[in-house]
Amino acid sequence: MSGSFDILIVGIGGQGTILASNILGEACLIEGRHVKGAETHGMAQRGGSVESHIRIDGLFGPLIPPGQADLLISFDLLEALRYSHYLKKGGKMVVNRHLVLPTSVYTQNLVAPTEVEIIAALEKHVLCLLDADKMAEEAGSPLSQNVVMLGAASQSMPLKPESLLLAVKSLVPKKTIEINVKAFEMGREFGGTC
Amino acid sequence: MGRKYLLGNEAIAHACVESGVDFVSGYPGTPSSEVIDVLRVQPDRSYYVEWSVNEKVALENALAAAWCGIRSLCTMKHVGLNVAADPLMTSAYTGITGGLVIMSADDPFAHSSQNEQDTRCYAHFARVPCLDPASIQEAHDMIPEAFGLSEEFGLPVIFRPTTRICHSKGEVELGESVVSIRKGEFHKDPRQYVVIPAHTRVLHKKLNEKQSAIRKRLVERGFNHYKIRGKIAIIASGIGATYVQELLPEGVSFMKIGAYPIDEEWLGDFVKKHEKVLVIEELAPEVEEVVRQVAGCVPVFGKKNGYAPYEGELSPPAVAVIMEKAGFLPKNPFPQVDPIQNLPPRPPILCAGCLHRGAFYAIKKVFKDAIYPSDIGCYTLGLQLGVVDTTICMGASITVASGISHAGDPRDIVCTIGDSTFLHTGIQGLINAVYNGANITVVILDNRITAMTGHQPNPNTGVNACGVESPPVSLDALCRSCGVSFVESVDPYDITGMVNILQEAKKRKGVKVIIAKQMCVISARRAGVKRGRYRINPEICTGCGTCVRFGCPAIEFEDEKARINELCSGCAVCAELCPVGAIVREGKK
Repeated sequence: MSGSFDILIVGIGGQGTILASNILGEACLIEGRHVKGAETHGMAQRGGSVESHIRIDGLFGPLIPPGQADLLISFDLLEALRYSHYLKKGGKMVVNRHLVLPTSVYTQNLVAPTEVEIIAALEKHVLCLLDADKMAEEAGSPLSQNVVMLGAASQSMPLKPESLLLAVKSLVPKKTIEINVKAFEMGREFGGTC
Repeated sequence: MGRKYLLGNEAIAHACVESGVDFVSGYPGTPSSEVIDVLRVQPDRSYYVEWSVNEKVALENALAAAWCGIRSLCTMKHVGLNVAADPLMTSAYTGITGGLVIMSADDPFAHSSQNEQDTRCYAHFARVPCLDPASIQEAHDMIPEAFGLSEEFGLPVIFRPTTRICHSKGEVELGESVVSIRKGEFHKDPRQYVVIPAHTRVLHKKLNEKQSAIRKRLVERGFNHYKIRGKIAIIASGIGATYVQELLPEGVSFMKIGAYPIDEEWLGDFVKKHEKVLVIEELAPEVEEVVRQVAGCVPVFGKKNGYAPYEGELSPPAVAVIMEKAGFLPKNPFPQVDPIQNLPPRPPILCAGCLHRGAFYAIKKVFKDAIYPSDIGCYTLGLQLGVVDTTICMGASITVASGISHAGDPRDIVCTIGDSTFLHTGIQGLINAVYNGANITVVILDNRITAMTGHQPNPNTGVNACGVESPPVSLDALCRSCGVSFVESVDPYDITGMVNILQEAKKRKGVKVIIAKQMCVISARRAGVKRGRYRINPEICTGCGTCVRFGCPAIEFEDEKARINELCSGCAVCAELCPVGAIVREGKK
């Protein structure tokens, strides 16, 4: 509607959503495009549910309205479900097949949906499910999980893979460039199959 | 410099460098902290920068620098301005000879705050100009203007971004960095700087006489502007103006307010050209009240007649709802979508291996039926562990504890406060509690850093904002000098030791202080401290759940047994708690 391509990245504080959103922003800059974003800082980062909004070609505010996201990237199964109402009709979800149960489940005896139930609920959307943790380990570091996820999602966003790779190289720590490039490529290859 | 993809606060920090800032002070507070965090690590910086112990101290320092004719910046979050309100109110009277910009970042929706107060009200109260950016680029561009206005009118200028500016990102057009060659010099002038009644009466009049020129200049500088497009109009401020622009239909006039005070004559001319006006702004009805003053018989829609909420933050869908209600059809209606219900929440929690968890566990074990006043920091999350009964503002743990003590409640009172918060405004409460004979136990949770806002150093850390070594405050000696005779330090990872000391404190009357000292687990990881992880021997584990109830995110429970995941940082507290000794260090039997 506003002409922007809206991506919501969600996960748990500490999983690297901010670096992922920085990579997307940098890639937009490389392509000379407008970009707006918003993210969670402060207290909520301590293991809480976090969200990063990125609006490629965005000209107005940084917030994606619920029901408007073109793409949802989730680093955790439960968080994918929590934010699934942000996706617009026909929008795509790229989700890490990884479930961290919130501590509230143990300390307050709350009921959490099972992995099978979550996946069944997510399948109402166009879903690309991958084991990003395993792929990150294969790439050389479990910390590159966020870049694997971006690689997989790169098949579904209006940015050139070259720009994304260039952004990855300029933003990850120097020593880990090789691992992250591999992580991106592994993710991208998988993303092409779903 | 060209274009960069930056966090709002990074863009603001860069704009300060472009303005040739000379002096920077502040106290960390979300969403304001990153401005100084960026400025303090710049190589070859030409300005002075400090993390002050609290916002009042920060503002008084910055004010003095501006009295010496240089450009100074003071940063804080909205509630920090309450602490700094005393110097703020009178600094408007004394004025300044250099430039002083006070950044006070508001937090609509209280994402990371104890309230939703509006800094614009303070600017109004103090009669100083206030700039209210609607985007990151505007926030960047306003900073040099803010210094210019401050110098032109000889007044502090308040700069008020909100969370969605500070913690938004976007491409920003940057200017060149400027190296200032100004040198501060104080010229004595008691009639300006000594606010005895005879002087302050004159200064107050001078402040009032500046107002009309300020209002005109803010319009001239283009902060407040409009476009007539029809017979009805929307007036919006801050990020709300950006949301309105996304939704503004054809034929509706638009006025954007980015600076206060608003020129009433100019505003009245605009309003009277329309048949009805809608005001969109976050938090207090600062714009709306002025619009109502000048509107005459033009109907005004806003907070005061129930069309817009006073609380929370705006968003494009929230603005669309207000517009529809007031009969201004938005360009894009939003689909009504609802989140999935009944998912277990994932609030922030104390990190795996956080020292506070051990301290809270020991407190609860020794003081079962006690009252637990607490304070502001990561440890406020102790709420989830049932060991936080009150928090109101920075430093209000010891004072609330002594107030309850004197109110006559017979229960034990154990309050918790972090090291940075203790140094911020906790010390006065301790002096007062000792002086007036309160019966309380004070636990200072000493992780030697201001952790929650992003690990800023404080006088307890041993380094200053720029990484230069400084003598660390001795909390022990400080408490003793306040008159506390029972002061004990303990490692909260040592549960038995901590329990013993708490029991000792419980036996005594008066004010007792226990300093629970251990590095923040995030700082420890960054410093390369490696402790080795722990694991659970499933053959010994009876599935009793003692460790799981400890609430550490590294401990999970599956198939009737506990399991330790990769988040474990090796604090070993759970190993001490396990009644059957099933938790052992990895690699050991």
